[in-house]
Amino acid sequence: MVNGSFATLKMMFTIAHLTFHEALRKRVLLAAIVLGALFIIIFGVGIYFINDAIIKQELRLSPSAIRTQSNRLAYNFLAMAGLYTVNFLLVMMATLLPVDTLSGEISSGSIQSLVVKPVRRSQIVLGKWLGFAFIMLIYATCMIGGIVGLVAIMTSYDLPNIHIALPIMLLETLLLLTLSIAGGTRFTTLTNGVFVFGMFGLAFIGGWVEQVGGLLGNQAAQNIGVITSLIMPSEALWRLAAHYMQPNGIGSLNITPFSSTIVPSPNMLLWAIGYTLITLLLAIRHFSQRDL
Amino acid sequence: MFVIETQHLQKQFGNKLAVADLTLTVKEGEVFGFLGPNGAGKSTSIKMLLGLVKPSTGNCWVLGWPPGNVQARCKIGFLPEHFRFHDWLTGREFLHFHGRLYGMSGQALKQRIETLLARVALLEAGNRKLQQYSKGMLQRIGLAMALLNHPHIVFLDEPTSGLDPLGRLLVRDIITDIRSEGTTVFLNSHLLSEIEVTCNRVVFLKRGNVVREVNLKDNEIHIDELELKLGQVDNSILQGLAQFGSNAHRDGDLIRMNIQNEACLPQLARWLIGQGCEIYRLAAHHPSLEQLFVETMTEENQLTIDG
Ligand SMILES: Nc1ncnc2c1ncn2[C@@H]1O[C@H](COP(=O)(O)OP(=O)(O)O)[C@@H](O)[C@H]1O
Ligand SMILES: [Mg+2]
Repeated sequence: MVNGSFATLKMMFTIAHLTFHEALRKRVLLAAIVLGALFIIIFGVGIYFINDAIIKQELRLSPSAIRTQSNRLAYNFLAMAGLYTVNFLLVMMATLLPVDTLSGEISSGSIQSLVVKPVRRSQIVLGKWLGFAFIMLIYATCMIGGIVGLVAIMTSYDLPNIHIALPIMLLETLLLLTLSIAGGTRFTTLTNGVFVFGMFGLAFIGGWVEQVGGLLGNQAAQNIGVITSLIMPSEALWRLAAHYMQPNGIGSLNITPFSSTIVPSPNMLLWAIGYTLITLLLAIRHFSQRDL
Repeated sequence: MFVIETQHLQKQFGNKLAVADLTLTVKEGEVFGFLGPNGAGKSTSIKMLLGLVKPSTGNCWVLGWPPGNVQARCKIGFLPEHFRFHDWLTGREFLHFHGRLYGMSGQALKQRIETLLARVALLEAGNRKLQQYSKGMLQRIGLAMALLNHPHIVFLDEPTSGLDPLGRLLVRDIITDIRSEGTTVFLNSHLLSEIEVTCNRVVFLKRGNVVREVNLKDNEIHIDELELKLGQVDNSILQGLAQFGSNAHRDGDLIRMNIQNEACLPQLARWLIGQGCEIYRLAAHHPSLEQLFVETMTEENQLTIDG
């Protein structure tokens, strides 16, 4: 038994390793890293000049240079804008990186020589999931850490609750990645890409409807938001993370991409975790039963 | 013992009946040819045996296990049709990865890889990426992949379809080699000469049905024509030959007749000499596979038109 589960792990890691290898060799990852690095550099330069402007203005206003509430708001807004963009980048990467991993191998037939080996099909799905999850978790942590770190170093402003928000954003990344892998067991690569981005778009528009509804006090609009969040929790996760990272009150002052007039229930976290696990199980089940 | 056994396997894709009713057995150590025109259902049959495709109805066992059993898979090798693989890997990396999937590792795996690369004449190309391989080279590295684990049984789906004559010869040699090691080979092909040279037994498949089975190496069964060139022949000789077979007739200065099997030949020769005949030629012909194939497929055509 112990021996058996060890062998199982070994198989999964062999597949995960190949997946990792594939991402490296196919240059998708390289493109993402270069883009990400470029983004962080531009963000850093931007912060440098903006911070400069803020400090000069502040010196004029108050020679003692105490950090006022208003420039804390400016720093928070900067960091949130950076993270909002990173959120999009992560959504895109989590969707596109694994989008053809199963569908592509099924249509080319290369999956056949893999599946006839003494490997369970579940191990193939889990191994691929592990490989991509490993890559995406590192990538997401670097990108989010890069933004938050840059702001902290250059302005001495620490974004609040990052220890809560980071795991939530990582969960969002994993959720999209899992959906993309699961879609690949059923759809062709193109259909799968359309499917996952479509789901994301649905949640995105639902999130906005909910926010506007909250602002106007319209219950029907808010219900639409809740329902779309249940169908696809990605946007709710972002809103929740954004809520934690903004000091009390900021979020509800006006409507921004990271405002939260309506804060998603923390139960949404449980739902998102369950959603990811169920999606993964469905992917394994469908892949295990289908003809290849 | 049968290493492969199927009972009334059937596979339907939507409305399309890919395999209608497949019942066959393959013995240990046999080189089994699965012959049929494109679309006959050969690949689908192999996929059912390997657990890649679920049969709509029917049963099959490979090495005594139901298809897809993990223990059976340790002892199986497979070269898919239209061989395509993760082509960002080099030849050696590719074999290494597949070896690991078989649970092999370390020095044993390294050595096996080198042996096989040498066997398929790809030692020098081993560090090149599969992207740069020609179709024939891919087919050969795929064959090496299928043999990594010293399989008890290898399934080869059209292993020579992309190869030039030299490549075909190489594959043929390898099949002969592995047969001499006792490995069972299940060979899908529509190349008749291929099968004729390498196989013990052939099953003809047409529109998902087994329409004929032929033993190729078993001389008892399958001679159908005897050609004789004799010094002087009178009708009494012709009539006398009837005891050994049927339809003895003149054809120019030759005599042709049908016989059941080789066993009667020594006796027939003794009898001719006893009759004072001079024997210049005594040649038993196997019908060529091509002849059988054409015959079988056209017969079947008429059947399906009737049905
Ligand atoms: N996945 C599939 N979906 C639908 N039809 C299929 C599928 N696979 C095979 N077929 C059909 O089943 C028949 C048998 O195919 P196949 O087993 O590949 O034949 P062969 O290998 O003898 O050329 C063909 O008519 C083919 O079009
Ligand atoms: Mg075929």
